[in-house]
Amino acid sequence: MPKFNLSEWARRHPGFAFGMLAVLLAVLPFIVDASLGRGWVRVLDFVLLYSMLAMGLNIVVGYAGLLDLGYIAFYALGAYVYAWLASPQFGLHLPFWVALPLGAMLAGTFGVLLGTPTLRLRGDYLAIVTLGFGEIIRIFLNNLDAPVNITNGPQGINLIDPISIGGFSLGSRHVIEGVHLFPPTLYYYLFLIFTLFTVFVAMRLQDSRIGRAWAAIREDEIAAAAMGINTRNIKLLAFAMGATFGGLAGGLFAAFQGFISPESFNLMESIMILCMIVLGGMGNIPGVILGAVLLTVLPEALRYLGDWQRATIGHVVVDPNDLRMLMFGLAMVAMMLYRPAGLMPSRRRQREFAAEDGAAEQEQASLYDAKA
Amino acid sequence: MATLLTVDNVTKRFGGLNALETVNLTVNEGEVYGLIGPNGAGKTTLFNCMTGLYTVSEGDIRLLDVPIQNRKPHQIVKRGFARTFQNIRLFANMTTLENVMVGRHVRTRAGVIGAVLRGPNSRAEERAIRQRALELLHFVGLRNRSRTLAGHLAYGDQRRLEIARALATDPRLLALDEPVAGMNSQERNQLGELFLKLRDSGITLLLIEHDVKLVMDLCDRVAVLDYGKKIAEGVPEEVRRDPAVIEAYLGTGAA
Repeated sequence: MPKFNLSEWARRHPGFAFGMLAVLLAVLPFIVDASLGRGWVRVLDFVLLYSMLAMGLNIVVGYAGLLDLGYIAFYALGAYVYAWLASPQFGLHLPFWVALPLGAMLAGTFGVLLGTPTLRLRGDYLAIVTLGFGEIIRIFLNNLDAPVNITNGPQGINLIDPISIGGFSLGSRHVIEGVHLFPPTLYYYLFLIFTLFTVFVAMRLQDSRIGRAWAAIREDEIAAAAMGINTRNIKLLAFAMGATFGGLAGGLFAAFQGFISPESFNLMESIMILCMIVLGGMGNIPGVILGAVLLTVLPEALRYLGDWQRATIGHVVVDPNDLRMLMFGLAMVAMMLYRPAGLMPSRRRQREFAAEDGAAEQEQASLYDAKA
Repeated sequence: MATLLTVDNVTKRFGGLNALETVNLTVNEGEVYGLIGPNGAGKTTLFNCMTGLYTVSEGDIRLLDVPIQNRKPHQIVKRGFARTFQNIRLFANMTTLENVMVGRHVRTRAGVIGAVLRGPNSRAEERAIRQRALELLHFVGLRNRSRTLAGHLAYGDQRRLEIARALATDPRLLALDEPVAGMNSQERNQLGELFLKLRDSGITLLLIEHDVKLVMDLCDRVAVLDYGKKIAEGVPEEVRRDPAVIEAYLGTGAA
């Protein structure tokens, strides 16, 4: 029996494959609602949000090769800007098409502000500084309730306006032609549009003069500079682009949740988004999305393990939350061993890892030669 | 002949060590200028100072009378001064073609908006980048390797690719750091011919080289560095007979 290869098939029938994907994405929330329940439509929304975040971070880490451990700070900034401009906190209720871009722009500006002094650093040092930045933003948000109450401190900001398009609020239930549309389903379509926009921008950037410059810097920064690339500006651009997408996703998150607090933006979230990229395949957009899907869906699925324990043993022996971390650890170790370039690596990354393997094998071979 | 590059009393200190000590030299437009000297003489240090990878401690470097010392590497490339590296520094995981396309960066302008919208201008520019890169690959004889990863090329081909990538920046002055090191005589001859073609096309060459025959055959003028100082300069025949040069290479008593 000939082996069926999905990607090969999709390459041969691009129009058909694209149509199928479009139909699937369009009806997905209804299928999920009917089969798994409404809670899972919310999970779907988060899959899209995290896909956006992961693609934004992928520009920084995957394309330009700059390890950023404080990425969640930009998400937080986008979320807080939206909350400030559209909640009772300051009594402002600006429409989303003002609040969202402002949040994204502020996040992008902070990307440049953070990048300007720190992008002289490389590798581990950059990682530490960005990690610090992420924590500083979170601590600021936590403490800026006095002397002037800006962030409302640990209590967070509540009653954030849902997104409403020309009087049609995504935050409430609608019945159109007998079809019940619930907020998670409505937000799903909004997030889908933004995610597709992000995919589009990221793909076009990757295959451009700017994308090549990022790849060159990742490969050899000194050679890139000697070839006329203004490495500081091009790295700053990567930072700003990543931060802008992070801020955009943050604003959407605030509108969707209706409530935000500093707790949502801790270091673990930054690590999680980085894991999505690494697990899925750095630099490759389908891989990054796959990583976001897996790392958002799996923890939710693991919650059932608690119910299962209660049903079989009578009480919860292992907290599913702890189990989650354990499973992540195991998954990461397994991945390092069996698929170090990620589940769906970009061709370039695959080659990088293959080249290292090749060199290691050669070294081994010569060692054996020496022994013989 | 007009002076293209002037190195004026350049000193480079690393801590207490003077890697370069008041070095002076001038490269004229259209010539092949050789820079030779024993290992550790400061040749590559001088290259790094000229191309902005090192700051100079004292002195001036001017390209067409514009000071370029302590400018950023990309600014110097933009002024028309490109280089290759002694220990090849290609973008190993990019294809041969992509490597050369990166070299066009400094002569093109598409930004984020252009990349995302891909209007007629940015598409035309992208086509021109690809076209020019393919021409340069053809020029160095790598046209049929355009899809190969740079890291998978044979050693000699990697050297050629580095030259093509540097040429993509449209240099007026091209500095080559030991371009034929580790090559066999046939490859050396081929590359030598390539250098002459470059010179004939109006590019001034600055060459660090150990291969004496190549230097004698190709270079119009030669400078000799030893312990960070210039000990001789002139046409190759003169320099070869200079006692100071013989002493630097062979030790006292040999002269």
